Amino acid sequence: MSDLFRRDFLKAGGALVIGFALRNRLYAQERGSVAGPPDPKQVDTWLAIHADNTATVYIGFAELGQGASTALLQVAAEELDMDMSQIKTVGLDTNVTPNQGGTYSSAAIARGGPQIRTAAAEARLALLQLASKKLDAPVERLTVSRGNVSIVGVPARAVTYGELVGDQPFHLAFTGAAPVKPPSQYKVVGTNVPRNEIPDIVSGKHLYMQHMRVPDMLHGRVVRPRGQSAYGVGARVRDLDESSIRDIPGARVVRRGDFVGVVAENEWDAVRAARELKITWDNTPSLPGTDKLHEQMRAAKTTDRVVLERGDVAGAISRAAHTVSQSYRCPYQSHATFAPNCALAQVTADSALVMCSTQDVYGTRNTLARVLNLPVEKVRVQYYEGAGTYGHSCYDDVAQAAALMSQLAAKPVRLQFMRWDEHGWDNYGPAHVAEIRVSIDANGKLVAYEYHGWHHNWAGVETSAQLAGTPAAEWNGGAAQQVNPLTCGGMYNIPNVRLVNHQLPGKEYLKGGWLRSPLDLSFSFASEQTIDELAQLSGMDPYAFRQANIKDARWLGVLDAVAKLANWAPLHASHKPEAGPRNPGGVVSGRGIGMGTHLASYGAAVADIDVDKETGKVIARRLYGAIDCGLAVNPGFIENQIGGQLVQSASRMFHEEVTFNTTNVTSLDWGSYPILRFEECPEVHATVVQRLDQRSTGAGEEVMAAAAAAIANAFFDATGVRMREFPLTPERVLAALARA
Amino acid sequence: MAEELKIRVNERLWTVAASPETPLLYVLTNELLLHGPRFGCGLAQCGSCSVLVNGVETRSCVTPVSSVADMPITTLEGLPAWYAAQKKLPAAPPLHPVQQALIDEQALQCGYCFNGMIIKASELLAKNPQPSDEQIRTAMNGHLCRCGAYPRILKAVHRASEAMAEVTR
Repeated sequence: MSDLFRRDFLKAGGALVIGFALRNRLYAQERGSVAGPPDPKQVDTWLAIHADNTATVYIGFAELGQGASTALLQVAAEELDMDMSQIKTVGLDTNVTPNQGGTYSSAAIARGGPQIRTAAAEARLALLQLASKKLDAPVERLTVSRGNVSIVGVPARAVTYGELVGDQPFHLAFTGAAPVKPPSQYKVVGTNVPRNEIPDIVSGKHLYMQHMRVPDMLHGRVVRPRGQSAYGVGARVRDLDESSIRDIPGARVVRRGDFVGVVAENEWDAVRAARELKITWDNTPSLPGTDKLHEQMRAAKTTDRVVLERGDVAGAISRAAHTVSQSYRCPYQSHATFAPNCALAQVTADSALVMCSTQDVYGTRNTLARVLNLPVEKVRVQYYEGAGTYGHSCYDDVAQAAALMSQLAAKPVRLQFMRWDEHGWDNYGPAHVAEIRVSIDANGKLVAYEYHGWHHNWAGVETSAQLAGTPAAEWNGGAAQQVNPLTCGGMYNIPNVRLVNHQLPGKEYLKGGWLRSPLDLSFSFASEQTIDELAQLSGMDPYAFRQANIKDARWLGVLDAVAKLANWAPLHASHKPEAGPRNPGGVVSGRGIGMGTHLASYGAAVADIDVDKETGKVIARRLYGAIDCGLAVNPGFIENQIGGQLVQSASRMFHEEVTFNTTNVTSLDWGSYPILRFEECPEVHATVVQRLDQRSTGAGEEVMAAAAAAIANAFFDATGVRMREFPLTPERVLAALARA
Repeated sequence: MAEELKIRVNERLWTVAASPETPLLYVLTNELLLHGPRFGCGLAQCGSCSVLVNGVETRSCVTPVSSVADMPITTLEGLPAWYAAQKKLPAAPPLHPVQQALIDEQALQCGYCFNGMIIKASELLAKNPQPSDEQIRTAMNGHLCRCGAYPRILKAVHRASEAMAEVTR
């Protein structure tokens, strides 16, 4: 802001103060009565100051168990000069909270931080102008502590925010001129404030979506084939015998097209009715089956797009000292959210209220309006936490299903997905095939990088809408659905690069969706193993090789941070090309390093793993993760995020694979879709590279890819064998060791 | 068909109407409106619905309500009182030491699995006040966490073990 502009603004402040004096309505009573989104350029949209000198901040991001809501309150408290104990937020609600877009792509702090900061700064300036009048002192002479405004050097002359505004609206548009604090003055941002909801969670007082009840509601269950078929096929009812549940008290079928559900007053009766309803489904084969998946993907007719082309890859490869060329196969993986999704819908002839665990209340409102054939402004969506979703699990699907069932039953319906509904009808993280060629010159410098990736896009229509009559449609576009130039070699200084995306026809495969760090584990599994192979060919330690090939200071910084955290010492024996498997039989240990990210931020990881060569079992002993996500608002939360990402990445590398035959998905519970358990849990170590001078970027998923790569490279260090497909299940490990 | 059944939950006797085979979980959540035990899989695979029956960790999602009609059932809500009785404390503390330790370690992410984690850890510490790392891992192995909070939960169980030793001393 220029000084001139600032002076003009401060002069104009008087008019705004008069505006304040005129308003006389209790804003709190207005809020919630009209459909949102509220105007993002109004201070009242974001903030209310209460008479007791506390503040409510209206945040448009869902708390997904990562602490983002507390961190955003830190941002607001910082700009307002209030204490964390004076500030709170409310649940997401399309009639109450602003539309900040969905809570995905680690956007809460990256996008939401600046928005909340701006709103709080605008409010602070307005409050200071009010105080200036009240205390008869210029704004420049005022100071604020815990929402108490006083004159510098005259602490007795003071007034609180609550006294100035007390439950009245600001009625004030953003000026665009409110100054924000320089990071050097931060007192709350950058500190490890504890998460405010933890005491209620451990004592059982916290309300999850699964706890919500309304009077006179019915319990619902969906009735679907056990496990989805190809996305384009959906499911088709052949025969349905409604009389088969007539002995269950109050149970009845609700149906629209191929969308089938049951409702009952008693929850157990609804569960029984869903189980006992006689229904047959069209069982025509539509899938390749897990065994033939990757062949079909590689042979498919694809829509190709060059994501990045720089220099002359073919020429550079022809002149290179060493080239590594490999292909990799990666599985479908499931969100497998710990609690199957749940929603509660009250749909009447002309309105709907839907409670659910969506990552995007406004996006979900749009699709619900279409499904229910209601105007958007007649649909109200409220967010309640479920279990950690880590992307697009079935929260939209369950919300649509509950809404349809409520509309059909003409009663409020609480719908709880069963475990097999969630596991079997998820929006899976798509499977991937990679073909990669990377070259170095005689000095060990990377000179060429070529990556071809085969996968399909995400689903654009949810299962419930699809079964009720909306045709399946892929969601085209979006950087997160393409070969990622950051994770695929983007950290290295390479003159010649070619990245090609081969998009498969998605309706012939499983229903896809964004799963934490979409596709990046697959990209880094292929890319970072190739980098390791080149390090080996150049006779260099993999950490030193990476250092020598990175110019970007932030990538180097995060790499050095993780190497220091893990006390990295150069690897030797296993990295000589002639070194075969060590210690035939028994357990061998190895260490690996890897890098990667998602759409922003910088991630690096080190893994120490054990491989049992007799059983094929792989266990991570210690995992180390580092992130540079710019300004870290709450480093403690981010360390916890890194710990979670390391464990979840290990789970995905060792265990997780969606399986299917030619008709249906067959991984439907924790037995058939195992995840990492307590007994195999690694030690985790995390470090955050704090960059106070850089804008905040995401921290919810950016170490996943690095951790996957580090684990794959550690496997080679332990065994001398490269794994070209994950998860590293005992069968796959034993087969790879036997081939070596 | 629904029958009148009496169940003893958190030291209180409740009369509920339910068919005998109804899983205990649905009675606890829909009739007693308790929020500790919660649905996770309905298959006894994840531990989300765990309660203590006679002090033994039990999966309420597959336990017919009639099979526990005369037994003392403790849920997350009743855990501090259960602990006080066990330690012969004059009054129930606000939280069981495991609950407090999870706060102190800032151990959780979404926290949905914490009902089962807390119930299981409390059962373990009642039987084995000073478990080793390996004993904790083995005891807790039937309780899944999707967020990957295991390492901090492990630390919290040790911390609770130390806190309980101080109470006893």
